[in-house]
Amino acid sequence: MEKMARVSTALGGNTLTGRTMFCHLDAPANAISVCRDAAQVVVAGRNIFKIYSIEEEQFVEKLNLRVGRKPSLNFSCADVVWHQMDENLLATAATNGVVVTWNLGKPSRNKQDQLFTEHKRTVNKVCFHPTEVYMLLSGSQDGYMKCFDLRKKDSVSTFSGQSESVRDVQFSIRDYFTFAATFENGNVQLWDIRRPDRYERMFTAHNGPVFCCDWHPEDRGWLATGGRDKMVKVWDMNTTRAKEIYCVQTIASVARVKWRPECKHHIATCSMMVDHNIYVWDVRRPFIPSAMFEEHKDVTTGIVWRHLHDPYFLLSGSKDSTLYQHIFKDASQPIDRANPEGLCYSLYGDLAFAAKESLISSDSNRKPYIGDRRHPIFFKRKLDPTEQFEYISSSSALSVFETDVESGSMDWFVHTAKQYALAGRPLAELCDHNAKVAKGLDRNQVAQTWTMLRIIYSSLGTMSSTNLNHSMGKGSTTLPLMNSFNLKDIPSGLGSESRLDRSKGESRTENILMDSSSTLINNEDNEETEGSDVPADYLLGDVEADEDDLYMMDHENPHAEEQEYSLPQEAFPLRHEIVDNPSALDHLQDKADSPHVSGNEAETVSLTPVESFSLISISHSLYENRLPSDFFNPIVRDTLLFYAEQGDVQTAVSVLIVLGDRIRKEIDEQTQEHWYTSYIDLLQRFQLWNISNEVIKLSTCRAINCLNQASTTLHINCSNCKRPMSNRGWICDRCRQCASMCAVCHHVVKGLFVWCQGCSHGGHLQHIMKWLETSSHCPAGCGHLCEYT
Amino acid sequence: MIVLQEKRVQVSPPLTRGPSAFIPENEVMQANGLDERTNLLVEEYSTSGRLDNITQVMSIHTQYLESFLRSQFYMLRMDGPLPLPYRHYIAIMAAARHQCSYLINMHVDEFLKTGGIAEWLNGLEYIPQRLKNLNEINKLLAHRPWLITKEHIQKLVKTGENNWSLPELVHAVVLLAHYHALASFVFGSGINPERDPDTSNGVRLIAVNNFCVCDLANDNNIENASLTSSNFGIADSLSELEALMERMKRLQEDKEDEEASQEEMDTRFEKEKKESLLVISGAFDDEIVSTDVSRYVEDPGFGYKDFARRGEDHLPTFRAQDYTWENHGFSLVNRLYSDIGHLLDEKFRMVYNLTYNTMATHEDVDTTTLRRALFNYVHCMYGIRYDDYDYGEVNQLLERSLKVYIKTVTCYPERTTKRMYDSYWRQFKHSEKVHVNLLLMEARMQAELLYALRAITRHLT
Repeated sequence: MEKMARVSTALGGNTLTGRTMFCHLDAPANAISVCRDAAQVVVAGRNIFKIYSIEEEQFVEKLNLRVGRKPSLNFSCADVVWHQMDENLLATAATNGVVVTWNLGKPSRNKQDQLFTEHKRTVNKVCFHPTEVYMLLSGSQDGYMKCFDLRKKDSVSTFSGQSESVRDVQFSIRDYFTFAATFENGNVQLWDIRRPDRYERMFTAHNGPVFCCDWHPEDRGWLATGGRDKMVKVWDMNTTRAKEIYCVQTIASVARVKWRPECKHHIATCSMMVDHNIYVWDVRRPFIPSAMFEEHKDVTTGIVWRHLHDPYFLLSGSKDSTLYQHIFKDASQPIDRANPEGLCYSLYGDLAFAAKESLISSDSNRKPYIGDRRHPIFFKRKLDPTEQFEYISSSSALSVFETDVESGSMDWFVHTAKQYALAGRPLAELCDHNAKVAKGLDRNQVAQTWTMLRIIYSSLGTMSSTNLNHSMGKGSTTLPLMNSFNLKDIPSGLGSESRLDRSKGESRTENILMDSSSTLINNEDNEETEGSDVPADYLLGDVEADEDDLYMMDHENPHAEEQEYSLPQEAFPLRHEIVDNPSALDHLQDKADSPHVSGNEAETVSLTPVESFSLISISHSLYENRLPSDFFNPIVRDTLLFYAEQGDVQTAVSVLIVLGDRIRKEIDEQTQEHWYTSYIDLLQRFQLWNISNEVIKLSTCRAINCLNQASTTLHINCSNCKRPMSNRGWICDRCRQCASMCAVCHHVVKGLFVWCQGCSHGGHLQHIMKWLETSSHCPAGCGHLCEYT
Repeated sequence: MIVLQEKRVQVSPPLTRGPSAFIPENEVMQANGLDERTNLLVEEYSTSGRLDNITQVMSIHTQYLESFLRSQFYMLRMDGPLPLPYRHYIAIMAAARHQCSYLINMHVDEFLKTGGIAEWLNGLEYIPQRLKNLNEINKLLAHRPWLITKEHIQKLVKTGENNWSLPELVHAVVLLAHYHALASFVFGSGINPERDPDTSNGVRLIAVNNFCVCDLANDNNIENASLTSSNFGIADSLSELEALMERMKRLQEDKEDEEASQEEMDTRFEKEKKESLLVISGAFDDEIVSTDVSRYVEDPGFGYKDFARRGEDHLPTFRAQDYTWENHGFSLVNRLYSDIGHLLDEKFRMVYNLTYNTMATHEDVDTTTLRRALFNYVHCMYGIRYDDYDYGEVNQLLERSLKVYIKTVTCYPERTTKRMYDSYWRQFKHSEKVHVNLLLMEARMQAELLYALRAITRHLT
C-alpha cells in the first residue's frame, strides 16, 4: 500500500489502469466475478449482492441487486458468475439450492430473471459456457450437476456423479463439449455435455474434498485442482491417464485456483481457512510463492483476474468485507525475504555453506579454509530458461569446509555417551563412575566436575579411597594438562608469557585470577608444560578450552589460603558417617595442588580451594555447621550453563539427569528442554538410539518425555502371506491365519516373539536361539538365511 | 393406561445382564454380517483387553463401530498434544456433566492405569488450575454450545502459566464433544454398567444411578409430559409406520409442487425451534445428583436452555453453510491436531450415509430423508440452520414421541427412560433404534465441534 504503483497495459486498444485499492462491503463476500470488459465486478455473499465499477482510483457501487424488504434466501449466494459473452447476464448459486439468473438489461429494479429450483441441496458452483450464450452448468451438494438452457424453464440434462457432493464445475475452455467436475471425496470427473449417463473419465486427485479446479487458458490439456489436503495439482489430461505434472504444497486448504493470464506456469490461489493471503505460484518452483498479496484480514473467498489477457490486475473478495484490486507491482515477493544462504554443520565439524553464486564468486580470492579438505568446493548450477516473469536466477554454489581430522574427532562424545551411568545407582556412585569415564577419556575437567558434584550432593562418607585417588588427580599425568590450560588465558590477562599462548580464535579476556596467584601458576606451568602439548591440544579442540582460568589448585598458594578463610562456614551436609581413609588423606596432602573443577564464575574460584581443604577438615568442622544441600545450587547451575555454553551439552544433560530434582528447579524449563533436544539430536545423529532413548526416558521435561510416545507403531508383516498386517492382533485378515506362530514348535507365541526381518518367520525366543545354534537357515523352511542381531 | 404401563415396567426384569437395559440381550447378539463383526470384536478385545457394553451394542452396526473405535482409540491412546492421564480426566469431566457414571467409572480406571494422580479423583478442587480452566468450556459445550465465543478461547489460551496451547485445546475440545455425545448414546441406548467386579479402588461409583432406579424416578416425573398421549395400540403403530413411509415417499418424489416462500421457510425453522421448547416441559427439580459424580462438576445447575427461548439477547442462528464441518471445521481441527480430522470426517460420513435400506419390516426403502431429518433436527435444537433444508420435513417425519426422545437424548440424556425409548417407532427393530442413537450422537458431536471450532477460528483471525 505504501508504494502505490500505477500500471497501465495496452490490451488491444483499451487500456487497463489502476492502483492497489479497496472498498468496504457491507457484508462478507462469498464470491466475485468480473464483467468481460474488465470494468465491473460483481460481489456476492450471504447478505450482499452488488455490482461495482472499477474506476481508476476507486470502486464505485453501481447497482445493488439485493432488493426487496425481506430478501429471500435466493439472494444468499454461494457463487456468482458473470457471462463472458453477454455483459447483461449473471448467474448465482444460492445456499438453499436455487440457481438464479439475472438480466441487467431489465428495466425494473429487480433484475432477477429465472429461477431453477431443481437441486435439493446447496449449489456450490455455477459456470457459463465460454462460448455458448445460453448454456449454464451447476454443481450441487446433492451430488448432481445440471445443465440449463436459459431459453427453457427446466434443466436440459442432469449428470449424476454417483459419488458425493460436487464442489466445482468448469467448462473446458477449448473443448466445446467437455467439462470437469470435482467432488468432495477427492475425485475429479470429466464429462461430455452430450452424454449425461456416464462420465468420460474419472480419477482421484486429492485426499479429501477437491474444492476447486481451473482449466489452463492456453494449454488445453492442463487442469489445476486444489483440495482440502493443502495441495494444488496440475494435471495433464492429454494422455489416457490423467498425469500429475506439478504439485504445489500450500499451508492451508485451497479454496480457489486461477491461472494467471499470459503466464503459462503461474497460478493464483487462496485458502479456505486460517491463511488470509493470496499467493501466485510458479508451478515449477513449488516451494516458495512467486508473489503474495497480504491485504486481507480474513479468509479470501474469491479471486479473479481482472482481464482475460492481463496478468497484472487481480481482484479479490474476502470474509473481512472488503473488495480489493491488487496490482502485481505492489505484491510482496517472498523470495526477497527468503534467506538465500544455507549453512549446516556435519557431525564431525564439517561445514557446508550454500549461497547464491554471485555472492561466492564475487570474492574469489577468499579461499575457503586451508585445512585438509578432502573435497573441493562444489558448484551447482541450474539456469532456468529465461522467461518474462522469472525474477531471480536460481544458480547457487555449495561449499564444503572440512575440519582437520584430529580436532574434529568426536570419539570422546560417543564413548562418554556409551559409558556414562545416569540412573539406577546412588548418586555418589553415579558421579564416581562418570568421573572415571571422563578421566579415562582425558577429560579431566569434566571428571573433576563429577567429583565435585558428588562431594556437594552426596555424603563424604561414601567416598572410597579409589574415588579420592582419582578425584585428586592421578598424579603427574594430569597435572601438565591442567597447567597447560592455565597458560592459555593468563597471557591475555597479564600480557606476559606470550609464547605459551594457546588461545585460539576469540579468546576470552575475562581473567579472574589475581596477579600473584597467576604468576605463581605460570611459574609452575612453565616447569610442567613442556612435552605435554599433544594432550593439551586435544583438549583445546574440545569444548572446555576456556575454562582453565578456573583451575585453581594448590593450597600452598597463600592467596588461595586467604580465600579459604572467607568461606569458613561453607560445608557439606553429611548423611553418612565418614569413613576416614588415612591413605587417601595422605595422598591428598602430598598432592595438595590437585586441581578441582567447577563453573566459570568468580565465586567458584574462591570455592575451589575450600574443597581441596575440606577433605581434610570435614571430620571436625562439618558436622557442626550444616548447610542445606541446595546452597551450592547456584554454582552448579552456573557450571551447567557454562558447559552448555561451551557446546558440551552432554555434560550439562548428564549432570541434570543424575542430579534430578536437586537441581532441576534452578534451571528454567525451556533451557532444559533446549539442552535435552540438542543432546538427543546429537545422540541420534551418532545413531546411539538406545542412549538417546534412555535420556528421553530419564528426562523430567514434559515435552521431552513424550518424544518416546511418538510414532510407537510397529509395522509387521504376516508370516504367511508376507503382506503388512493391517489388523491389530494375531490374525492376518488377508490369509486368515494366525500370524504369530512359532516356526519351531508351531504354537502361537504369546510373550517374547523374535522374528527375522527378512522373511517374517520367527518364534519363541528360546526356540529360535536353539535352532540357530544348529542351523542358519530359517526354521520355517523358506530357505532364507535368517539374520538376527 | 398409565397404571398399566407402570406395571409393565416393573414386571420386566429390572436389570438384564446384557449390555443394554433397553435392548434384549439376544437382539444385540444377533445381527447381520456376523463374521465381520466377530473379527472386529476380537480385534477390539485384543487391543483394549475388554469388550465394553458400548462396543457390544454398537457392534450391531459393524461398519460404524469400526470408525468409531478407530477415532476413539486415536484420541485416547495415540500421539496427541495431551498427556494420557489428562485425556481420561477430560473424559471424566465431560461425562460428569451428564452424570454418566458408566463412562466415569470406565475412565477412572483408565486414568489410574495411565499413571494419573489419584488425588485428582477426589474432585475438581484437587486438579491443576489448567484443567480447572476447562470447566467453563466443558459446561457450555455440554449444554449451550452456542454461547461459546472467542473470548472463552482467549481466556484459555492466554493465561500465562496455565495456558493451553491451541493443539492441546483442540484435543480437549474433541474429547469433550466426543464424551458428551457418547453420554447421549449411553443413556439413549440404556447401556448397563459393566459387570466388572473390580470396585476395589474406592473411587468407582457404585451404580448410583442404576438404570432401574432412574427409570422409575424419571418415569414418574415425565407423566405430566406429553408422552402418555402417544399410547396407541399395535394396529395404530402399524398404520403409523405405513403413514410415515407414505410421507417419506411423497417428500422424495414431488418436492417442488409446494413451493415454499422464504417467509414460509423461516417460519418453519422457527417453528421447529420453538416446538422443541414445548417438547419437554416436565420440570426436574428433584434431580438426584450423587456426590460421587458432582465432585467432577462445577456449577451443576447449568443445563440445556432452549436455543429458541428468546431472552433479552437475540442469538443469531448459526448458518451451517457459513461454517461447515467439511470445509472449515475439518481444516482447522486437522491443522491443530493432525489426523483426527480424517477420522472424525470418516465417522461423520459413515453415520450419515449408513443405511440398510430397511424400515421395520419393509425393505428397499430409501431412508435418506428420514436420516437427514434426524440429523438436522438435532442441529436445529442447537440453533444450526441449513439453508437448503425444509424444516417442514421434520414435522412430517418425526412424530412427537420421537421428538421427545431426541430432545431428551441430546439435551439432557440423563433423563432418558426406557419408556421414552419404547414409545417411539414401536414397529422398528432395536438395531434401527440404535442407528437413530448413533445419528443423534454424531449430530450432537458435530454441532458442539462446529461451535467450538468456529470460536477458535474467530480467535485466530
